[in-house]
Amino acid sequence: MLSAGPTPRIPLESWQFAITTEAGQQHHWSWLELLALPSQTPTVDLHCVTKWSKLSTSWRGVSLDVLLEEVETAADFALAHSYGGYTTNLPLEDLLDGQAWIVYEYDGAPLPPEHGGPARLLVPHLYLWKSAKWVRGIQLLLEDEPGFWETAGYHDYGDPWREQRYQGD
Amino acid sequence: MTYVDGNALAGPLREIFAVDLTAASGQCVACGQTGPVAALRVYTSAPGLVARCPGCDEVVLRLVRGPSGAWLDLRGCVSLQIPL
Repeated sequence: MLSAGPTPRIPLESWQFAITTEAGQQHHWSWLELLALPSQTPTVDLHCVTKWSKLSTSWRGVSLDVLLEEVETAADFALAHSYGGYTTNLPLEDLLDGQAWIVYEYDGAPLPPEHGGPARLLVPHLYLWKSAKWVRGIQLLLEDEPGFWETAGYHDYGDPWREQRYQGD
Repeated sequence: MTYVDGNALAGPLREIFAVDLTAASGQCVACGQTGPVAALRVYTSAPGLVARCPGCDEVVLRLVRGPSGAWLDLRGCVSLQIPL
């Protein structure tokens, strides 16, 4: 269980998730609005850059396809923002087509704060630092903007199958 | 998530610098608090070392050690006064 700082505790009544387009248009969801959206229960393998993997993990959450459905954008890139200040960047296409979720349950129980709860990004086909804990929003961008670890030596994309750990890998 | 004190940076920084940087005194960009590197709160259960200000929890220093080099980010630090 990795963390680059103190664990944020976000009361559900003030929790909010927002998608902001490159034009500055904001779409946001309260906790109850997120729970009201159709959910999925992906079972996926996780790959951490510190060389462990955890197989067949079970989650519940909302597909980014649902959250991005009404969002008009020409962006190619996304920057995920978390409560606590963490950021991580991904190509927008890696958030689409059933590849990414905002998850709020792990193993049938509410996601605890130390695992990124109340809600975290889950992008299992990339290294786990891309699956931002305590996610509070996704900023859509026309140009790639490296996030917290990507500005400190880690790979911009982070494909575990190509072992893209560090810049230049 | 727990942290350890900045003395945990002694070895990793010693690999890069000729002096012990944990004795250096730095000022936090975010809140202006000044103190020794050894007093920073270092989060080690992460892809790199993240040292945060004990006053405001903002990131003061980050150090990532790859197999063939290191990345050091000091942007959260106004300056380091290094005893020589």
